[in-house]
Amino acid sequence: MIISLFFYLFSFIIVSCAVMVISSRNPVHSVLFLILAFFNSGALFVMLGAEFLAMMLVIVYVGAVAVLFLFVVMMLNINYSQIKDGFQKYYPIGSLIGLILFIEIILMINGDNVLVSQKDSLTNNVPNTHQIGAILYTDYIYIFQISGLILLVAMVGAITLTLRDRPGVKKQNIIDQNARKVSDVITIVKVKKNET
Amino acid sequence: MELFGISGEIFLAIAGMATLLSSVFLNKDSSYRITLRLCNLSFLITIILIFFSHSHSGSLFNGSFIYDDLARFAKILILIGTMLTLIIGYKSQKLDNFNRPEYPVLILFSVLGMLLMASSNDLIGFYMSLELQSLPLYVIAAINRDNIKSSEAGLKYFILGALSSGLLLYGMSLVYGAVGDTSFSSISMASSDGMSNLMLIGLVFMLSGLAFKISLVPFHMWTPDVYEGAPTPVTAFFAIVPKLAAITILLRFTFTAFDNAISSWQQIIIILSLLSMILGSFAAIMQFNIKRLMAYSSIAHMGYALVGLSSGILEGISSVLIYMVIYMIMNLGAFIIILSMRRDNQSVEEISDLKGISQTHPFIAFSFVILMFSMAGIPPLAGFFGKWLVFASAVNAGLIPLAIVGVLTSVVGAFYYLRIIKIMYFENNEVKLDVVDNKSSMIILGIMIISTILFGLFLNWFLEVTMGISSSI
Repeated sequence: MIISLFFYLFSFIIVSCAVMVISSRNPVHSVLFLILAFFNSGALFVMLGAEFLAMMLVIVYVGAVAVLFLFVVMMLNINYSQIKDGFQKYYPIGSLIGLILFIEIILMINGDNVLVSQKDSLTNNVPNTHQIGAILYTDYIYIFQISGLILLVAMVGAITLTLRDRPGVKKQNIIDQNARKVSDVITIVKVKKNET
Repeated sequence: MELFGISGEIFLAIAGMATLLSSVFLNKDSSYRITLRLCNLSFLITIILIFFSHSHSGSLFNGSFIYDDLARFAKILILIGTMLTLIIGYKSQKLDNFNRPEYPVLILFSVLGMLLMASSNDLIGFYMSLELQSLPLYVIAAINRDNIKSSEAGLKYFILGALSSGLLLYGMSLVYGAVGDTSFSSISMASSDGMSNLMLIGLVFMLSGLAFKISLVPFHMWTPDVYEGAPTPVTAFFAIVPKLAAITILLRFTFTAFDNAISSWQQIIIILSLLSMILGSFAAIMQFNIKRLMAYSSIAHMGYALVGLSSGILEGISSVLIYMVIYMIMNLGAFIIILSMRRDNQSVEEISDLKGISQTHPFIAFSFVILMFSMAGIPPLAGFFGKWLVFASAVNAGLIPLAIVGVLTSVVGAFYYLRIIKIMYFENNEVKLDVVDNKSSMIILGIMIISTILFGLFLNWFLEVTMGISSSI
């Protein structure tokens, strides 16, 4: 009883936050609502017994993605009223597609051809963080290694496309600094008296 | 010892990271040249490793990595194609001043993704290797970042590529929902007693995602813009290598995962192939830029290759593989010539710039004639045998209308290929074209021309090899 009460509470907050994300006028508020929605979906995952997913959702989406959004929103001066201009025009077709997707989801839930079932792994005593760790580095080591390479490529690509050598930027060169001697840079000039 | 099957890929990954590290310590002027050579050396060693490690088939990592004859054939072809495109692009890259050491390294990682893709036997492994393959491609399309066209090409490719990955992933999730497992063998088992609707929708989404990567109509919109905007050496790479990998995974996908549902995917492939052949041939007539022309020509060629696949018989697989070999040879030759077209130290890309090249550079003009005849499918040359084999397999499978449309569109295609020959030989231009004198490119061009002319002599050998591959799938 209490569990289903909490489920409806969290779901209600998620849905209303999602509505606020797209309808609020201030983009900073949108991002903050998005963060609240992420927190509540994390709570739903905890209720399902998937504490690892909940942790990841909070760490990755709230900690990294949403904060990045916040930075982008605050640093780029985008004219949001201009972006929302087409809202009226695209409203009918957008809501039509939304309706179709909604009907599809209902059909999918009612249909019996979905095989994915509740596995017993969620009910036994081993925490699922342990379980994920146990198969991620053994059965799925191949996939894990490829994802590592993808991240490396993403890093190299981002640096390749953005790093520029600007002329005139002063950099510290430690070897040069250490190799500098007093005799190289200071010359003592004796000034004779009575000479002008 | 168990890992010997994947030794080529492991070596390539380590070599890539080592090359990346070494480029940090090299000085700016030589770093591009040295990293390029290191990459080519590692490709060469990988070819040798793959040749020996894939000599008997097997699978690794609970069946998500498979090594067999098809993987060996595709991987060696991919590696050779990459080495040659790197060599032919070297000079132009230096002249256009975007010789950055990251370029060969990114290509290396992309090739690693393609090799893993050719071996993937599992939906997750396939998706991950596809991403590893495409991410570097987005970057190298925009590698000439000060050029606005190159940046546009990179951005366009990135957005549309991300969209196609989304389609693919959605399809995969539906298939996973219907099957309950991601390996190709379980998909094949689940589809043996008829396809459920969920699986069928998943299959359509996955084929659309793959069609995006091979640029089949109606998922071809990005191709001409990206080919035109990207720097020419990058375009040469795009036109040749990723298609080999994507066709391989398409073959594996249709003939191992959905081998029990041939009738379901056959009609999709037939429509994709028909549209690609028709649009590729007709749209190319209107092009004035030679890179856009090559883009439409590659769309049409992919359509012809899919004719073989759509037949759904073993003969079809072997004809697709031979078609891809011929496609690689012809495109390499054509891009060597496009790369060498320069005037006043600027690369030029209009077809009309080729006017009068027959007098100034007879060898290049003659080579272009051979390549264009071959692409149009004139009998003694390689392109004829490719088309003949795919159409023959279509006829054997009873798809006679498809073969007829294929022949008709290749007649239309012959028009624009022959128009280039007419421009080269029968029109004169006051402003002459400088052709970059690049010995290694010219040697490769010579080899490509000879193999185009003499391909018929090796046809039996190729048929034997590819029939062996197709019966082992």
